[in-house]
Amino acid sequence: MGHRVEPGLYQIGNPTAESPVLASANYTLSFDALRSALAGFDAYILVLDTNGINVWCAAGKGTFGTGELASRIETTGLAGIVTHRKIIVPQLGAPGISALEVQRRSGFRVEYGPVRASDLPEYLRTGKATSEMRRVQFPVRDRIVLAPVELVHVALPAIVIAAVLWFLAGPVAALAAIAAVFAGTVLFPVLLPFIPTRDFSTKGLLLGGVVAIPFAAAFASGSALPGWAALIAAITPLLIMPAVTAYLALNFTGSTTFTSRTGVKKEIFRYVPVMTFMAVSGIILGIVLGVTRLLGVI
Amino acid sequence: MFDSYAENTLQYHKDRCINCKRCTQVCPHGVFAEGPEHAELAHPAACMECGACALNCPVQAIEVQSGVGCAWAMISAAIRGKDMDSGECSCGGSEGSCCGVQEEKSSCCNEK
Repeated sequence: MGHRVEPGLYQIGNPTAESPVLASANYTLSFDALRSALAGFDAYILVLDTNGINVWCAAGKGTFGTGELASRIETTGLAGIVTHRKIIVPQLGAPGISALEVQRRSGFRVEYGPVRASDLPEYLRTGKATSEMRRVQFPVRDRIVLAPVELVHVALPAIVIAAVLWFLAGPVAALAAIAAVFAGTVLFPVLLPFIPTRDFSTKGLLLGGVVAIPFAAAFASGSALPGWAALIAAITPLLIMPAVTAYLALNFTGSTTFTSRTGVKKEIFRYVPVMTFMAVSGIILGIVLGVTRLLGVI
Repeated sequence: MFDSYAENTLQYHKDRCINCKRCTQVCPHGVFAEGPEHAELAHPAACMECGACALNCPVQAIEVQSGVGCAWAMISAAIRGKDMDSGECSCGGSEGSCCGVQEEKSSCCNEK
């Protein structure tokens, strides 16, 4: 992996024995964000070994943790390099760090810095993080950055399914598959705060439903079907597409900055059965439609 | 209705609080607010169960079952026949894992 920094103690500027010490993860982007935020300051950066994972994720897993921090302070001989006994830990490292335990083991007092490295200059000047600096946000910029990652993750199965649908049901059906996946992986993250309801699954069902409407209309009006068949043709995308979009939307929970495990679990038990029912019944309807057409009934 | 996030496992025992303000410093969602005598539970429904407050509370006034709210991890674990809660949001490292790519500000599972 090319995203790792060697763990240890690094210098920024020309630090003295009184300069602040800031802890970071050995993930390149974390380290670089910290380094550029500290430009012009004299400081030490204590890089912990988090297997190249960013601070928040690593803290959740415990690799950015009490034990690693205490032992890294020990192995770098930090106590002999600085005269003070204070280490500034990024706030999002707190899920892995027991400040009390670090102090007991290493003698260093943990102070939690701001969430974002960009607030560090102000924090270092004033010695205090404002409540604004302590809040995690999830702005549109961050959500857009995630969209390609989500899309790439499901791109291959989506393309395969679209190709199969093209053969079985034509290009509009293939496009419907792509649209449902695109809605769940790209539109959903971007529109997240604007879609009604709080649950990701219901947001996804609504978004998928809206995206499915033109396809339902196209299927119903196409190829001069009798009334009942046109109805089935319209219902099929309205069942399958929202289910797909909602499932992808639910899977976006882990990428966000605010979903609790209790809530996500509740969502899984509440809505995955609904999604499954919708998808399965939609597929059955689609097959019925295809078979009747093959048999020349319509 | 359609809000699975209204309740969570956060429990706060106000009577034990010594007003050290640690919880207000570590919470990324402003769940705790500073008060004159003790920390106040300002927005309990905003809790994401990261566990930072409980781990840093010196007097165990806060309890929470911490974990990562990642459907992908929980569903994967369930499919593999494991306990959903053991479904580690397997950040970074090998292929097919979540997280990575982002800076500190993003949560787990950015790169699945």
